[in-house]
Amino acid sequence: MRRTLFAVLFFVALVAIWAALVNAKIWSPVLLPSPRSVMDYLTSSARDGTLFSASTVTLRRLLVGYFIGLAIGLPLGLLTASLTFAEDTVGVLALGLQTLPSVCWVPLALLWFGQTEGAMLFVVIMGTVWSVVIATDTGVRTISPIFARAARTMGSGPFHRWIHVILPASLPHLISGMKQGWAFAWRSLMAAEIYVTILTGFGLGHLLHYGRELNAMDQVIGIMLVIVVIGLLADKILFSPWERFLHRRWGTGRT
Amino acid sequence: MSLQEELQGPPPAKLIVDHVSKWFRQKRQTVHALDDVSLEVEEGEFIVIVGPSGCGKSTLLDIIAGLERPDKGRVLADNQPVIGPGRHRLVMFQESALFPWLNAFGNVMFGLKLKPGLRNRERREVAKFFLHLVGLEKFMEANVHELSGGMKQRVALARALAPNPRVLLMDEPFAALDAMTREQLYGDIQQIWQKRRKTIIFVTHNVREAACLADRVVIMTPTPGRIREIFEVNLPRPRDFNSIEIARHASKLTAALKGYLAPEAVVSVE
Repeated sequence: MRRTLFAVLFFVALVAIWAALVNAKIWSPVLLPSPRSVMDYLTSSARDGTLFSASTVTLRRLLVGYFIGLAIGLPLGLLTASLTFAEDTVGVLALGLQTLPSVCWVPLALLWFGQTEGAMLFVVIMGTVWSVVIATDTGVRTISPIFARAARTMGSGPFHRWIHVILPASLPHLISGMKQGWAFAWRSLMAAEIYVTILTGFGLGHLLHYGRELNAMDQVIGIMLVIVVIGLLADKILFSPWERFLHRRWGTGRT
Repeated sequence: MSLQEELQGPPPAKLIVDHVSKWFRQKRQTVHALDDVSLEVEEGEFIVIVGPSGCGKSTLLDIIAGLERPDKGRVLADNQPVIGPGRHRLVMFQESALFPWLNAFGNVMFGLKLKPGLRNRERREVAKFFLHLVGLEKFMEANVHELSGGMKQRVALARALAPNPRVLLMDEPFAALDAMTREQLYGDIQQIWQKRRKTIIFVTHNVREAACLADRVVIMTPTPGRIREIFEVNLPRPRDFNSIEIARHASKLTAALKGYLAPEAVVSVE
């Protein structure tokens, strides 16, 4: 209760400072709109449905791309952690491509796929896969070998061991890797939506882009707020339950 | 199969270590871990292997478990050569090696789930029985990090006993525990051993622990790991860790160990 109160106070103070800066009239209202005008934009776009439809379009792309990225990244990471051959090839590739900012995939995606959903998906998947590969790889490598030994003496074969020992033992790393993958996917999707103007769906990134084109600063800031809130919510809904489970079982973090 | 039959289980196994040698090849040197080690262990016997660190006692245990392959020689369990790990020879490790993603009950169930021929209800019954046996029936739902060091090793013991192995291999299982907890566990392990009758091979560097638990104490010395002497401990059970008899045996073992390790002794042998 106390913590919620402090959080609310903090954000109220932020908005108050913002309002005060607007009232001081140092910058033109075109560059720095008031909290009220941003709020007005958000309510009107929520009412006419553009905000909702743009959010669903964006989230659909994000989720589809993210889960495909996970489905590719997890097994690849397991592979690089267990086979020297894969470590020397796919592992190095993953390490290299992880450092590549995901915006850099946009030109390539545009040339390969044109102005299509495929281009969007490709950028999101490329943003996700490599960090998931790296996280899975580290997760598996940091497992104490005694777990596998104990399991072997109890009659656990290679496949059983993967499912019942290696995967759960690396869960803390997997979750943080999935979280990082999510952040990268979100970033790359926004980059793609801002650069790729396609007609198959109008996402949040497009709203942001047109806000700039129209010099509508209230729209730009409003959409940015929406993007932040969606990111926060995703964290709370997708990852918090897992993290709480980890803390309880492993006894890590605050008690 | 009824629960009673399941708990009866197969008889303890006879083990033969037959001229086993093992080398570990590292980048800069080759370590001769075991040199021509032979040992016969009777059904239901409690063997304790003592020796300083590096004498190959843990390696020998790993080879008996089937986790390592010997470079020379072989291990026979009931006249069957050991070619890999199996649930008839379960290992209890120095650290508890409990799985942190499972609770106490889940850990005991892990080995049971891998044992064929049981219904799930029976598995749960067996797991409860063994958690009760080690005195932790109230901690079934506890997470591993919530248990004390002694309790963790009790869960590990329950996990090793639950699938009813014929041989129990214990690798310094109490080394990380405080003295009080350890003494309590000496009592427990003797009691459980008399009830469950397993062939036990127990590795330690604590001679008093050896005198307290063993039917026979095997003394090993390092570089290369060799068996030097085997002592019989003919004392009635249960034995009290603090009794004078145990102390007398322990000092005999210490003297023997020192004799093999002291530099002048090595010179006189040569």
